[in-house]
Amino acid sequence: MTLFIEQCLNGLQFGLLLFLLAAGLTLVFGIMDLVNLAHGSLYMIGAYFAATFAAWTGSFVLGAVLALAATLLVGMVVEMIAMRRLYGRDHLDHVLGTFGLILFFDESVRLIWGPEGLSLPLPSWLNTAVQILPGIYYSSYRLAIIVVTLAVAAFLYVLVMKTRIGMLIRAGASNREMVGALGVNIKLLYTLVFGLGAALAGLAGLMQAPILTVQIGMGENILILAFVITVIGGIGSIRGALVSALLVGFIDTLGRAFFPDLLRMVLSPAAASTAAPALSSMLIYLLMAIVLVFKPEGLFSAGNR
Amino acid sequence: MTRASAVRIAITVALFAALALLPLYAHLTGDRFMLTLFTRIVILAIAAVSLNLILGYGGMMSFGHAAYLGIGGYAVGMLAHEGVYSGFVQWPVALAASALFALIIGALSLRTRGVYFIMITLAFAQMAYYIVAGIARYGGDDGLTIYKRSEFVAPLDLSNKVQFYYLCLLLLYGATYLVWRLVNSRFGMVVRGARSNDMRMRAIGFPTYRYRLVCFVIAGTLCGLAGALLANHNDFISPATMYWTRSGDLIIMVVLGGMASPFGPVFGAVALLVLEEFLSGITEYWQIILGPLLLLVVLFARGGIDGLLQAIGKERSA
Repeated sequence: MTLFIEQCLNGLQFGLLLFLLAAGLTLVFGIMDLVNLAHGSLYMIGAYFAATFAAWTGSFVLGAVLALAATLLVGMVVEMIAMRRLYGRDHLDHVLGTFGLILFFDESVRLIWGPEGLSLPLPSWLNTAVQILPGIYYSSYRLAIIVVTLAVAAFLYVLVMKTRIGMLIRAGASNREMVGALGVNIKLLYTLVFGLGAALAGLAGLMQAPILTVQIGMGENILILAFVITVIGGIGSIRGALVSALLVGFIDTLGRAFFPDLLRMVLSPAAASTAAPALSSMLIYLLMAIVLVFKPEGLFSAGNR
Repeated sequence: MTRASAVRIAITVALFAALALLPLYAHLTGDRFMLTLFTRIVILAIAAVSLNLILGYGGMMSFGHAAYLGIGGYAVGMLAHEGVYSGFVQWPVALAASALFALIIGALSLRTRGVYFIMITLAFAQMAYYIVAGIARYGGDDGLTIYKRSEFVAPLDLSNKVQFYYLCLLLLYGATYLVWRLVNSRFGMVVRGARSNDMRMRAIGFPTYRYRLVCFVIAGTLCGLAGALLANHNDFISPATMYWTRSGDLIIMVVLGGMASPFGPVFGAVALLVLEEFLSGITEYWQIILGPLLLLVVLFARGGIDGLLQAIGKERSA
């Protein structure tokens, strides 16, 4: 039972983290109609920045804040140099162009930080376990991730639904020419939105950094998960991204934890232990296939796209 | 014949002739590496030709094409691991497995369009990657060494590098011809029509979903053949063969060479892999040059190499 609660919390934490990535991806797609494969690179860069700045300043929080600002900046610069020229092009062009950016980012990181991974040590106040229920302890850092991501989700909701900028973002998503004609600086708006997406990816990267190693290519595996989430949730829908990110987080975490045991009840132990790793990594793709059969546009389709 | 097409044809013929004469050159100069490199190029060109069928002509932006390279390769590798060396068993199994996978993911993916299609094919290919990486019996993450190449009847011997090169080249010519005939047939016209305007094609009575699915399966099967060749060439197969960046490489080959052009993918494969070889000779960090270069190709040279050849020809004739 303890294990089950712990794994549920892990699933929640992983799902919320994936939401940060998927939200940036879906925001950029929904508003600029841009497929950004380099989103995973921004996640990686966030983690590298955090590890570097934390080592410089000696403070985890300060390092994280600086890394967040730096990723935002990198995102805005990338938008101004490269992405801006890709708007309105074919999706295949987006895929190829941003694929080129991945190669560039991966190699730049190798050039600057070297091929070995970095680690981002946790400060002692986060590296403890707290008692959440009588007798059940949980990592305080993972709890902190849950709290921060929930806060960010709330912030995104307020930003997009309740503020003037959010109104412009939503208006830009439905008709960019009209918003431009009404005197809004649409170029600046796009740069800001892309920077926001980058910062969300960077935040996900820097929060994941202490749990995993900071290494080249770390963004590519998780990018695929973010894609699966946006497809399940419906591309362009932030609400869909939240729901499906949680779904994928739970299924992936619980699947890896308990699926082998379930399989052992049906199959012989030997067969189960061979099949389990392959099958449990298949679960989320199966989920995606099932959703597609019934709703090809995703659970919360944003409509015309 | 116009001047425009004359230039293009001359250069295309020159490339194909150069590929045919390459073993002679390698023999005369004693440059064995050249032969190995170009065997790989020719094999990946087959994969690119197959991708061009769906990407260029069919407008199906598959981002999971490398999966078939892995499936074809693993069919050969797994059978060899179990002691079945006959190519007459290995290769049909490789083709059938690729066709089956293409049928399943095609049937699901073709229900969607545009970005969804890109992401779904990508995700399914990654699923295949994780499945293979999870099978410990066949090496898992570390891959599988193939100790004996596929056996066919004498005198065909795949361990002979020159023979193997010519076999690959012959299959590349065959694949190019097959795709060329296919896209100019009634079947190909329907698929190309569905790319331009699917609704109109359906309105005049073509069940385009079925046509596109068959096209998708043909492309997957052809790429599975390239996978079987690649496994024989490397004497090794690993999940890395089907990693999604490899699918990206294949797309680059097609776009670099020129989409929906019969010989474009061959140009693209030769250009990309020779460029990689050249850049990696200059600096260890060659991808830092290749990446922005790709972006520039996307931004400024949409027609790829074949488009460029046509443009040069047109300028001359004007």
